Amino acid sequence: MKRLISSVRIAFRALKVNKVRSMLTMLGIVIGVAAVIATAAIGSGATQSIEQQIASIGSNMIIVLPGSLTSSGLRMGTGNAVTLTESDARDLTAQCPDIMVAVPLVRGGAQVVYENSNWATLIFGTTPGFLQVRDLLVDDGAPFSQQDVDSGNKVALLGKTVVTNLFGDIDPVGLSIRIKDVPFTVIGVLAAKGQTMTGQDQDDLILLPISTAKRKVIGIKSANADAVDAVMMRAKSGNQIQAAQDEATALLRQRHHLSPAEDNDFSIRSMEEIFATQEASSRILSIMLAAVASVSLVVGGIGIMNIMLVSVRERTREIGLRQAVGAKTRDILTQFLVEAVTLSVAGGAIGIVIGVVASALISRIAHWNMLVSPLSVLLAVFFSGLVGISFGYYPARKAAYLDPIEALRAE
Amino acid sequence: MAALIRTQDLVKIYTLGEVQVQALQGVTLVVERGSFVAIMGPSGSGKSTLMNILGCLDRPTSGHYWLDGILVEGLDRDQLAEIRNQKIGFVFQNFNLLPRMTVMENVQLPLLYSSGNSLNLDERARRVLAQVGLAGREQSLPTQLSGGQQQRVAIARALINNPQIVLADEPTGQLDSHTSDEIMRIFQDLNRTHSITLLIVTHADQVARFAQRIVRFRDGRITDDVPNPQDQAREPKVGVEAIS
Repeated sequence: MKRLISSVRIAFRALKVNKVRSMLTMLGIVIGVAAVIATAAIGSGATQSIEQQIASIGSNMIIVLPGSLTSSGLRMGTGNAVTLTESDARDLTAQCPDIMVAVPLVRGGAQVVYENSNWATLIFGTTPGFLQVRDLLVDDGAPFSQQDVDSGNKVALLGKTVVTNLFGDIDPVGLSIRIKDVPFTVIGVLAAKGQTMTGQDQDDLILLPISTAKRKVIGIKSANADAVDAVMMRAKSGNQIQAAQDEATALLRQRHHLSPAEDNDFSIRSMEEIFATQEASSRILSIMLAAVASVSLVVGGIGIMNIMLVSVRERTREIGLRQAVGAKTRDILTQFLVEAVTLSVAGGAIGIVIGVVASALISRIAHWNMLVSPLSVLLAVFFSGLVGISFGYYPARKAAYLDPIEALRAE
Repeated sequence: MAALIRTQDLVKIYTLGEVQVQALQGVTLVVERGSFVAIMGPSGSGKSTLMNILGCLDRPTSGHYWLDGILVEGLDRDQLAEIRNQKIGFVFQNFNLLPRMTVMENVQLPLLYSSGNSLNLDERARRVLAQVGLAGREQSLPTQLSGGQQQRVAIARALINNPQIVLADEPTGQLDSHTSDEIMRIFQDLNRTHSITLLIVTHADQVARFAQRIVRFRDGRITDDVPNPQDQAREPKVGVEAIS
């Protein structure tokens, strides 16, 4: 231990002698480590954003859309058929043990008017369970009830953006708005959810009881009065999503009288599935960035090896003297290894600081979500030390096995 | 008293390309404890080669060498380093001080590589520096000292581990004659009052006259081995002015 401390002291002294050279040598490691830290921060920041987004849309959520409508060989794309119904949603809730709740959904756009102001927004017709599926809370007032759905009451729940645009600072609860010239009473305001990563405003919407929405605002599909645009449901927990999806598929196939040979006339996907691709691509991107960054670490290591070789040559006489007064192979090896590791770890430490500062700056300027994890800092320290040892070993070994007589004779 | 150094038929052959050079051609030498021996000879006579072998820096091609009763040739690299550290002090022609270390640190360098005895390192260093007349210069850098003073630092470094023998290779080769005499008086004093065994390689009679015994070399062989006719108790307690 005493020897190690004195080795570190000797190393620091040797590095201080050639300050500029030591700095330039460290630069490679500094850049490498800073780049690794920053790219890791971008990567974990992106993952975090995706996770937040899943949570904000509603965790454990599964969406069922009607299948594509094929008319005279022309396939119209997902969601055009009228195969999905309100009673599907009711049965999914009642019969599938892994599903917490399933709600029917119809949607459409409409102009909303309050006194002199008007605003175009998205109208969702659904049942009270929707709040549960989407993790929505009512900030002010109360949600509508099953009673409102059954009786077709003209009540509305407003998103924050709609409230701001129509009412400004006025408390809208109890006031009356007109949607497509039909008067509705505002019974509550939803808690704000913010934007999705794609910039969609999740608060720009109005929720109506599905019965009222169909009859007064969106219209009833002529093919099937019970048809809905989508069914949304929530699995009881994160690890019941697959089971819930399987149960729903089985139940819907049975309800839609599909023979085993027929394809599903609906499509079913979980939120996790939808975001899995996004998460995978962001992960691949950050792995690639980290790989590029680690190349600069290796280049930095080569720089260290280069300088250590020069240093060994310059200090051959010193090595010879140390050997003459009793330094063993291990002592000389340690001295030069410690010097290389000191260079690389000092470079790593500076790199960490620069990486963290750069991450903070980038996240502020570019509004990227960046997360410097302690693990990436730990890895950076570990790898810069490893670079020092592996690239310092060859020069150190060369020094340790010098012939003392020739070393003493060197200029 | 047992011999400190005993060699038998030391032969050293260097191969330079296709030419074989016989640097030592059978050297048998005995050095008693507490003696002061000068090894003289023209350059190329093999005296430095002998010195390197005696200093455990090099190995003979054949022959045997016992240092303090230990047969040296069977030892490996690190064991030789250990012997150099514990039993031998070196003084070189060009001082070989580390320029960025203080006098104190230079003197303590051998202690860095010796196990144990971590007690009072500074005290020991101060004592040997006082012995060579450099008390008070502990924190100087070598570059701030004169040549003679630098060589004294080197002598202090050679003494720090209480060696059995101090080997000096042309220790006054870079000094003027006045300083040279000063250094030689320090050696003489160390030998007389501290009974330190000294082996000095030189080609200058002015240096050799301080020794008790002069061994002459030519072409890798000892040609002459006599007590120094000039050696007498003249100038007793020499070097005192420098020490006090």
